Amino acid sequence: MGGVAGLGSDRDLTIACTGESIASSQTFMRGHGSYLDQETSSILSSVCGTVERVNKLVSVRPVRTRYSPEVGDLVVGRVTEVGPRRWKVDIGSKSDAALLLSSVNLPGGVQRRKLESDELQMRNFFQEGDLLVAEVQSIFHDGSVGLHTRSLRYGKLRNGSLVRLAPVLIQRLKSHFLTLPNAEVDIVLGLNGYVWVAKHIPFDVTKAEGEASGKGIGMDIDGVYSDVNEEIPIHVRRSISRVSHLLKLLASYQLPISDVIVQKAYDFLHSFSSENLVGG
Amino acid sequence: MSSRLELLNAGGFRVDGRKQHELRSISIKLGGSIEGCDGSAEVTQGLTVVSASVFGPREPRLGGQSHDRATINVEVSLSPWGSMERKRRNKGDRRLLEIASAIRSTFEPVVHTHLYPRSQIDIFVQVLQQDGGILPASINATTLALMDAGIPMQDFVTSLSCGIHSTSPLLDLNNVEESDLPNLTVAVLPRTAKVTLASLETRLHVERFEEIFRLAIDACQVLHQEMDLATRARTKLLVSAMGGKLSIDKDSDEEARVGGLLDDDEMEY
Repeated sequence: MGGVAGLGSDRDLTIACTGESIASSQTFMRGHGSYLDQETSSILSSVCGTVERVNKLVSVRPVRTRYSPEVGDLVVGRVTEVGPRRWKVDIGSKSDAALLLSSVNLPGGVQRRKLESDELQMRNFFQEGDLLVAEVQSIFHDGSVGLHTRSLRYGKLRNGSLVRLAPVLIQRLKSHFLTLPNAEVDIVLGLNGYVWVAKHIPFDVTKAEGEASGKGIGMDIDGVYSDVNEEIPIHVRRSISRVSHLLKLLASYQLPISDVIVQKAYDFLHSFSSENLVGG
Repeated sequence: MSSRLELLNAGGFRVDGRKQHELRSISIKLGGSIEGCDGSAEVTQGLTVVSASVFGPREPRLGGQSHDRATINVEVSLSPWGSMERKRRNKGDRRLLEIASAIRSTFEPVVHTHLYPRSQIDIFVQVLQQDGGILPASINATTLALMDAGIPMQDFVTSLSCGIHSTSPLLDLNNVEESDLPNLTVAVLPRTAKVTLASLETRLHVERFEEIFRLAIDACQVLHQEMDLATRARTKLLVSAMGGKLSIDKDSDEEARVGGLLDDDEMEY
């Protein structure tokens, strides 16, 4: 074998287990999920997963692992701590992310520097235990993560329920905000495996455009930081629970989660007569 | 307490019918048993059943973080129904703390903790049934749970106990043998045959030590094959499921359900 075990032309993925030799360090460089054995100077796998090769770089992608953030990822998180000018947010990665006061929108969409008075009322925006949807803004040199919610799409979550799935299952999509029209349910697919399933609320395009054109002031987005659920009709509650279970079921078979799969699976479920469904 | 039981009879059989070098049957269940954790495994060795679950690497709660590596926390609990006498042990029990610290010191040099500075890896070990060899079974379960959680490690860690009956060494002791014989527990990195743990809590003749030490290391290699088979099979299953190659039919349903998040009755609509 030419260096890498089984990495041939065939499309079959190579699987490596912990401690297995995957390549010689003379011809290849080691990437994530591997380490160098000093004695035999070979590259060994440190996790169980698929061996991947890019030119001379060999890495092993584990089949199951915690979420590792990348800039631009959409994540759903839970506030764990309110600190000086920042919130700590649990996003299911190796450490909590920071959401700086300067990277959130003010209620009312006012565009200005954050003052001391804003700092004093941070708990009016997010409290411990609040769920929010945000984007990874930056990864600092020490590996900690900065989030931002500077979009009308982002911010506090309500009217729904959280499902936690393995982060590797969430596929990267054009948009991570899905709507299932016949379920009247919105889904926020966080790339960290946290998925928010909530009552469908029509997204007001004019508001979003107002933000884009920089008008800002005078917009009515007071609801953004509200803690109180709206009235959720019983059939919507049922479909929230149905979609949540559906997602868990797909994940329990380690099936990748994407907009198409969720939509198709729900339609399939929906095609049964409603009398046979839970509480139907 | 000297036993009337014949631990090794003239025919070379032990109390449970095994030969001297015979291991107890081992079965491994990876993942899915505990909801919400990052990785879990259940190991059954003979009548000893241990389940381990791993959380992390995650944000350290309540202090105790180090700036250049992840800290490993281990908590061991024994189920009250799992032994001969029904007894509830509290968390601070000295024996449990000892097992926990043995597990921690076994894994600290093996897990690549330097990749996760300022975070914490929590390992919870639950001994569901005790029939000797709790520490080795816990170590084996922890290895598999860490792998299931995708935490980088140097190698597998496999562990086994070995005792000696007069001059004949016995492998993988059960409860009766363990309480009556001098015995040694070793944990080995199978690829390099490096020993990460050697624990001797009884008196043993110094000339016998090397013999059973070497025997136990060799036996750990056998255990490694079993564990490797199990993890490889699961990895293959998960990878093929992710690639959409998994065919779900009724016969393979149990195997196909990799996460096991839902009970059957919850699935019925």
